[in-house]
Amino acid sequence: MTAGVSVRDVHKSFGPVPVLNGVDLDVTPGSVTCLIGPSGSGKSTLLRCVNHLEKIDAGEILVDGELVGYRQVGDRLYELSAKAIARQRASIGMVFQNFNLFPHMTVLENIVEAPVHALRMSRVQAVAAARARLAQVGLAERESAYPRQLSGGQQQRVAIARALAMRPKVMLFDEPTSALDPELVGEVLVVMRDLARDGMTMIVVTHEMGFAREVADQVAFMYDGAIIEAGPPAEVLNHPRHPRTAEFMMKVL
Amino acid sequence: MSTVQIVEHDRERPPAIRAVPVRRPGRWIATGLAVAVVAVIVYSVVTNPAFQWDVVGRYFTAEAVLNGLVNTLWLTAVALVGGFLLGTLLAVMRLSGSPVLAMISRLYVWFFRSTPLMVQLLFWYNISLLYPRLFGFDTRNLISGLMAAVIGLVLYEAAQAAEIVRAGILSVDPGQREAANALGLSRTRVIWRIVLPQAMRAIVPPMGNQTIGLLKGTAIVSTIAVHDLLFAVQLIYNQNYQIVPLLLVATLWYMILTTLLGIPQYYLERHYAKGTDGEMPPTPAQRLRRRFAGGAR
Repeated sequence: MTAGVSVRDVHKSFGPVPVLNGVDLDVTPGSVTCLIGPSGSGKSTLLRCVNHLEKIDAGEILVDGELVGYRQVGDRLYELSAKAIARQRASIGMVFQNFNLFPHMTVLENIVEAPVHALRMSRVQAVAAARARLAQVGLAERESAYPRQLSGGQQQRVAIARALAMRPKVMLFDEPTSALDPELVGEVLVVMRDLARDGMTMIVVTHEMGFAREVADQVAFMYDGAIIEAGPPAEVLNHPRHPRTAEFMMKVL
Repeated sequence: MSTVQIVEHDRERPPAIRAVPVRRPGRWIATGLAVAVVAVIVYSVVTNPAFQWDVVGRYFTAEAVLNGLVNTLWLTAVALVGGFLLGTLLAVMRLSGSPVLAMISRLYVWFFRSTPLMVQLLFWYNISLLYPRLFGFDTRNLISGLMAAVIGLVLYEAAQAAEIVRAGILSVDPGQREAANALGLSRTRVIWRIVLPQAMRAIVPPMGNQTIGLLKGTAIVSTIAVHDLLFAVQLIYNQNYQIVPLLLVATLWYMILTTLLGIPQYYLERHYAKGTDGEMPPTPAQRLRRRFAGGAR
């Protein structure tokens, strides 16, 4: 069910501005990797490359052993069609900083939309699955609410349920708690912690050091478009080797 | 040396402020003047025999007038629907990844917005001078005055609608499209189910405005002998010389139609406001139902 992710020597620039300068990262199936680092270091861009929301300029990204965005025949790369990319994305869940729930649909409609129209699941089946996912994030009774009637924490939990309804092999979280009021952060982290315990492969861009320390199998520190230190949380967070990491940890702790 | 204090709120609430309101003599004078001006105008309209309200009444539902009214209505409907569909296509072209499609869309909008509708209609009306034969037919048979009016209005409306739809699409948060893409939804599904319904909130109000302008703008087709509402009353007053009362007939009908157009707009706006902040105010129908339900209790 879950899959690994490997990122090999990935480069990416926005026009003349380089954002990723040779990123390498291996995420084993069922493990949790937290990406930390100063803003502008390329964490979010890297995450967005994994489901091809951004195109990479060089290197390769594999999810479950499958090249993202391209098809390789011999040593030639063919760009995938929009349809094939959509199929790849369907198995990679993504949760955004600003939730990005569809405001004109109810909670249930938000969750059912993609299983019915991207996976061609029957509506009855999709609704049943959606209710199960809502129960999983603790919002079973809010299915007919519109997103704006929910608190930020509840919206983010719906967004997680929406991603889970696609039965993804990997979940990407792009600063999932950064837009939340402090007292709402906990309820989202609890859901994510449960997900990690159930063995979901997760890549989490976060500033929540407590979460990284407690849940992550691997913490990767990004600086200036590259991962300059990666390892178990106790090592990277408590005994950073690279001076840049040490400096960053001084500031955030 | 600081100590923590627990603040208790057990004091009595002070009495509500009761103050003498400020006098506003200027406002009273202005109000009086405005009412006086309105009264003079209404009095003259009602009492001036030259308005000939009895003639207005006689022709208001005359068959020729009603036929013209029907033509005005369906010209408006065709131009609105055709213009909106073509305009949406133009907007999507403009926002597509293809620079050529975007440029064609831009040129179209530039061309049709930079010439008066009147001139465009005259051009379509006289198109046979440019192309005497079209698809093997005599152009003069193919493009009647009515056909020229339909083509001219649709093409002109499309240019206006394209800009309105484009603005609507741009008003949708790009995160919406990203989230939909990340879920693996197809491109057409993203446009039709996620982007356009949200864009409609920004599209409906200016489109309603545009439709009212269009309805009145159709009067221009009377210059190419299309039998619309204005043309109908012109035909009549050319025979009986009752110019003012017949123009009043047309005026009243235009006023009635533009007023009625506000109703579908109201419901469209409500429909696309789903999920936005707060409770929506009740529709007139809901208010009526609630009142009767309340009275029965």
